[in-house]
Amino acid sequence: MYRYDQYDQAIVDARVAEFKDQVGRRLRNEITEDQFKPLRLMNGLYLQLHAYMLRVAIPYGTLSGTQMRMLAHIARTYDRDYGHFTTRQNIQYNWIKLEQFSDLLDDLSKVEMHAFQTSGNCIRNISSDQFAGAAADEIADPRPYAELLRQWSTLHPEFSFLPRKFKIAVIASDSDRAAIQLHDIGLQLYRNADGVTGFRVYVGGGMGRTPIIGKVVREFIPVGQFLSYSEAILRVYNRHGRRDNIYKARIKILVTELGIEEFTRQVEAEWATLEPLGLDAPQAEYDRIIAQFADPAYEIGAPDTIDLSDPDFKLWVDQNVHAHKQPGYAIATISLKPKSGIPGDASSAQMDVIADLAEKYAHDEIRVTHSQNLVLAHVRKVDLYAMWQALAAADLATPNLDLVTDIIACPGMDYCTLANARSIPIAQKIAAKFENSISEQRDIGELKIKVSGCINGCGHHHAGHIGILGVDKKGEEAYQLLLGGSGAEDASLAKILGPGFDENGIIDAVDKLIAFYRSARSAPTERFLDTYRRLGAAPFKEAVYA
Amino acid sequence: MRDNQDQIAVSGAPSPALDDTPARLRFRDDAPFESPIAPLADFLAGGNFAAVRIEPGEDARELVPHFDRLKLVEIAFPKFRDGRGYSSAAVLRQAGFTGEIRAAGDVLVDQIGFMRRVGFDSFAPNKPLDPKVVKATLDRYPYVYMKAADGKVPVWALRHG
Ligand code: HEM
Ligand code: SF4
Repeated sequence: MYRYDQYDQAIVDARVAEFKDQVGRRLRNEITEDQFKPLRLMNGLYLQLHAYMLRVAIPYGTLSGTQMRMLAHIARTYDRDYGHFTTRQNIQYNWIKLEQFSDLLDDLSKVEMHAFQTSGNCIRNISSDQFAGAAADEIADPRPYAELLRQWSTLHPEFSFLPRKFKIAVIASDSDRAAIQLHDIGLQLYRNADGVTGFRVYVGGGMGRTPIIGKVVREFIPVGQFLSYSEAILRVYNRHGRRDNIYKARIKILVTELGIEEFTRQVEAEWATLEPLGLDAPQAEYDRIIAQFADPAYEIGAPDTIDLSDPDFKLWVDQNVHAHKQPGYAIATISLKPKSGIPGDASSAQMDVIADLAEKYAHDEIRVTHSQNLVLAHVRKVDLYAMWQALAAADLATPNLDLVTDIIACPGMDYCTLANARSIPIAQKIAAKFENSISEQRDIGELKIKVSGCINGCGHHHAGHIGILGVDKKGEEAYQLLLGGSGAEDASLAKILGPGFDENGIIDAVDKLIAFYRSARSAPTERFLDTYRRLGAAPFKEAVYA
Repeated sequence: MRDNQDQIAVSGAPSPALDDTPARLRFRDDAPFESPIAPLADFLAGGNFAAVRIEPGEDARELVPHFDRLKLVEIAFPKFRDGRGYSSAAVLRQAGFTGEIRAAGDVLVDQIGFMRRVGFDSFAPNKPLDPKVVKATLDRYPYVYMKAADGKVPVWALRHG
């Protein structure tokens, strides 16, 4: 894992001091709320329905046990004893008081954490693959490049007042676990025919009210030049992105309006002026950062088998454990979607348990996934059983990864000022229908349900196999039903199936969809999404509305 | 005041009109330049001007062929949230402009650290800035992560010096 050196720490300390100063000037009325707002947003502080909401950055979703314990401390000390892990691999707290904010920032900075650039019209926290460094299918660990991007984008003087927020994701395998085609910039590391590593660069993907799948702006940029190339993309966006209409201000609209050919031409022209300026970090810096993501000290010859005699344990292994590149090791996903839970929420006690287990069994590393779960990426197979028992004791061993009850839901009307409808209770009610039978869930197979409380799409409904979108129907909460989305390498956008529903109606509709799918699939291995793609919307529509 | 959204961040009330007061903050050794500032169109039309003003939507690159007759480029910030002026300054410095680049309008103390980095060396804010806060702001960061027009050495160079 990356550790701060004196330079990183000095910059974070200065940033904390700066924000304290800004808060002080606001409290003394030297700046207006209008002027303060972008400053606090750049520090992850939103004013929401009940209180301030704080978003803490977890760069590329990786954190240590010590950091997780600090997140627990913050939940306990400054919030109501829980936190909410988000689809952008960060954590949000919902009940923060402005007076305590300075202390909170000090606490975070003690463990190399902060809340910078988790909101506002700047380059946001960089996201990545939750299996990075452990996946058998990656060509290299993508996180060193995410760290290079983190440093390059932190307090970038030219790009701190962009037309709109800017999200970048980096992966290094053909399986896309980070939804890169739905980001403003998506980077896929690969080796080209000459054996050189570089990135395929997608640009202009995004969800929100105008969902768009990213387009390739460059098939290959060598790793050594990807920062200056990113600078060129941001320069074109900062100069020409629309500022007349907030809903058209994302880079995806610029790319659409110019067309990808013209956009590419402008980026290439800009890059021609930037590339000679020596903006890219030198190889020594790449090496320094890559070294910090070196493999942990694996035990060579660790037994490569798992004793599956306990059937409950076997279920969990089958569903939540993935293959690791190192023999004798496995990747374990901790579901934050327990029975009648709130998707993505963890209590401070649970965070402490996870921190302990990470230190004891997982080389002190935890990852947050964009589907609001957590991952312990390097666990010896022989330790899985003991670890599972400890997880189960803390209600953290639900064996439902990627199943119908592993639902993504945004905060919705329960917390968010923008919401049209509640999301969390919808997720809970759908889950309630299936959560008592894991075997039924497994029979249904992989099914990604994603719920957003409004068109902004924080719950990724556009990328749901089943997407649910809260809308306002003459002052009543209502829900639209969408089918066929995917945020993976086969990215697609979900389409509205038909007229919307009230709360009970949407729960019923999901039931009918699943029943129809089970009757119509070509084989038990055909996923819901594949059946939908094979048959098209019509029979699903009939099943729901007939 | 509750946030309706982080979306308001690019809209919001327009700032007061620009005034004609000269630069109130200057980080140059040469004598301040006092003469009429032409709108870009007039300047490009060939008037005898040594100072030009760039509005947010205008292309600073059009000035590149005229650097030899330019002493001052004033870049307008009608709203502090409109960040196009940062790129205008960066483009001019990267093309080799060494004259004065002034940020004028809704220029706030929390922006001038970034502005100094992209190449602004004078400021004409609508509301006067508190010199103490300006100094504290500019002295705040001991290091920077990335290269910009101010020539500061990025940490990757310090690390591998
Ligand atoms: C409760 C406070 C929140 C507010 C006010 C908020 C606001 C917004 C807004 C306005 C957008 C639309 C952006 C656009 O279309 O340009 C958006 C998109 C998004 N938000 Fe949130 N959000 C909140 C919470 C969350 C949470 C908790 C998550 C993670 C679970 C999240 C993840 C996202 C994602 C992934 C997108 C889509 C990004 C895209 O358009 O490409 N947000 N949010
Ligand atoms: S999707 Fe809408 S309701 Fe849900 S968190 Fe985002 S802005 Fe709020």
